[in-house]
Amino acid sequence: MSTRVPGPSRVGRGSPGNLPRVKIVVAVKHVPDVQSTRMLGADGRLRRDGGDGTLNELDENAVEAAVQIAAATSGEVVALSVGPADAHDAVRRALQLGASRGVVVSDERLVGLDALGTAAVLAAAVTVEGGVDLVLTGMASTDGLTSVVPTALAAYLRLPALALAAHVDVADGTVHVRRELDHAVEELSAPLPAVVSVTDAANEPSFPGFRAIMAARKKPVQELGLDEVVPGLTSLGLDPSMLGGRTRVLHAEPQQPRTDRVLVTDDGDAGVRLAAWLVDQRLV
Amino acid sequence: MTTLVLLDHDDDGTPRPAALELVTAARPLGEVHGVWVGDGLDAALPGLADAGVLIVHRLPADVWWPAALAEALHAVRSATGADLVLLASTSEGKEVAAGLAVLDGAAVVTDAERVERVEGALRVTKSVLAGTWVSTVEVTSPVAVVTLEPNAVRAEPAAAPSSPQVVDVQVAVSELARSVTVVRTPRQATGRPDLATADVVVVAGRGVDGHLSPVEELADLLGGAVGATRVVADEGWLPREQQVGQTGVAVAPRLYIGVGVSGAVHHRGGMQSAGTVVAVNSDPDAPIFEFADYGIVGDLFDVLPALTAELRRLRELA
Ligand SMILES: Cc1cc2nc3c(=O)[nH]c(=O)nc-3n(C[C@H](O)[C@H](O)[C@H](O)COP(=O)(O)OP(=O)(O)OC[C@H]3O[C@@H](n4cnc5c(N)ncnc54)[C@H](O)[C@@H]3O)c2cc1C
Ligand SMILES: Nc1ncnc2c1ncn2[C@@H]1O[C@H](COP(=O)(O)O)[C@@H](O)[C@H]1O
Repeated sequence: MSTRVPGPSRVGRGSPGNLPRVKIVVAVKHVPDVQSTRMLGADGRLRRDGGDGTLNELDENAVEAAVQIAAATSGEVVALSVGPADAHDAVRRALQLGASRGVVVSDERLVGLDALGTAAVLAAAVTVEGGVDLVLTGMASTDGLTSVVPTALAAYLRLPALALAAHVDVADGTVHVRRELDHAVEELSAPLPAVVSVTDAANEPSFPGFRAIMAARKKPVQELGLDEVVPGLTSLGLDPSMLGGRTRVLHAEPQQPRTDRVLVTDDGDAGVRLAAWLVDQRLV
Repeated sequence: MTTLVLLDHDDDGTPRPAALELVTAARPLGEVHGVWVGDGLDAALPGLADAGVLIVHRLPADVWWPAALAEALHAVRSATGADLVLLASTSEGKEVAAGLAVLDGAAVVTDAERVERVEGALRVTKSVLAGTWVSTVEVTSPVAVVTLEPNAVRAEPAAAPSSPQVVDVQVAVSELARSVTVVRTPRQATGRPDLATADVVVVAGRGVDGHLSPVEELADLLGGAVGATRVVADEGWLPREQQVGQTGVAVAPRLYIGVGVSGAVHHRGGMQSAGTVVAVNSDPDAPIFEFADYGIVGDLFDVLPALTAELRRLRELA
């Protein structure tokens, strides 16, 4: 048994037909483009001044899954991002991909949050939003690649976590997920509300056309500061003092390229030479 | 100081290679306690004694689901006062780590390559941004949960064996941790080593054009696992679970050999911690040559058979 995320009652909103309306929050992150030159600053944090930022590409699958579930349940999709001003770009992109409105949590005091702090703020924002049936996330952010946020978010919300969905659908108040692990394939199901992270195998994200891009401009985006999510933190038994301060970066530096690298062009004996090298290096 | 190590094992009770690597990594940090879930511990105890595990906390088999395991580990962690919990960097390991870190209010670091204690404080080093950067963090909270990459540490026996004491732990798992219904179908064993933890991985890229035998022959000769790029999985030349990369399996073998692999950033993100990278690619401008330790510009259908034949010849001489 799990409890619904507290929030305003959904009575009276009026649902078309008999389908239950499902309210979905999809968590989206703005990250530097994976194809750009990415670097860390002296503080060990990712530099975001390169200008090559985009919506984390793995979150496109989460948005697409959300839009598909919403279409099947005449539900609504709210895109939520925590981050500096560029979080708006991630939300905007999600709106182009079909989310109906956006929420950005941005505050000077939240700069440099760690994964758990991010998850806590996301949880607080979901709580403030209220009446949420399903939270979808990407499988990982391409800058952090920690995959910690989805499970931590579920833990803070005290909701079931169904991670790494290669397939997800919702029927009769239950979410069904298939996940493909190294050692096993699992079919999971849980009563809503729940948190689900979605892999890139779940769907093919759509590419927004001109009309979708124009329509997205009219969709509302709400901006929240820390003070506005504190009530959410409080109702989850959290407080702003636990959002960070668990680690401190000591060094961050570019990987030293090996100086003894070998590059040869095959003239017929490269295979034989490689064999000798592997033996010499005691690798085989 | 005590470190708790989750001892992953197969259904028959054989510890996974990562388990002994974790114990080896934990030994310099303090006393090592293991956590074992379910049956099969008796057969594993001699190996755990050689590895220097002092106490094994045995949990009932039904706490294997990540949310339940996080709660159970939280109980053991609190009872032992351990300041570090070490898990393997698998997708399930990271789930358990995230859940446990929330319960413990702990720092969490995934995909670590090294964990040290310097003047009492834990330091964790990992590579980031698809292997292009390295960062070291110091843990500033009382408890840390760290997932360690496979092969980051070579499993070695302790200087002096221990005689592990087994403690059976009863835990009451919450309703929440039992709210997911799971139907689990184990995969068929491939007969090759497990991709995620293999010491040698040979990866086939689009360049193999559907012909896997040169790759499989080399992998088998080296006792290695066979991996695929996403293209190779998309083409159905190899099953999806063999995909190596950011959205596939993360590998960290001592030796990675990529053939007909371009070295896209998404692929690199899942093999950034490989010890030595060998690449065979006909395109001299392929990105993989930017990070390969030994690169051959050539046709894989010439180079691979020659390599395999020569390795076989050298092996027969030895
Ligand atoms: C969200 C997302 C996630 C992704 N996740 C992953 C992932 O987890 N893993 C992954 O691998 N990819 C992933 N990709 C795809 C990735 O971007 C690349 O497209 C993919 O890795 C390329 O595979 P490849 O190297 O086999 O093919 P290609 O890039 O087409 O390269 C084939 C190479 O083979 C060489 N070649 C051809 N013939 C020969 C020959 N006879 N001898 C020698 N060399 C030859 C060519 O020169 C070329 O360099 C992801 C992409 C996205 C968008
Ligand atoms: N700052 C953020 N804002 C919104 N969603 C986030 C943020 N960070 C992470 N996420 C979500 O969590 C997923 C996993 O991220 P991570 O744990 O950082 O690898 C991402 O795919 C997003 O869906």
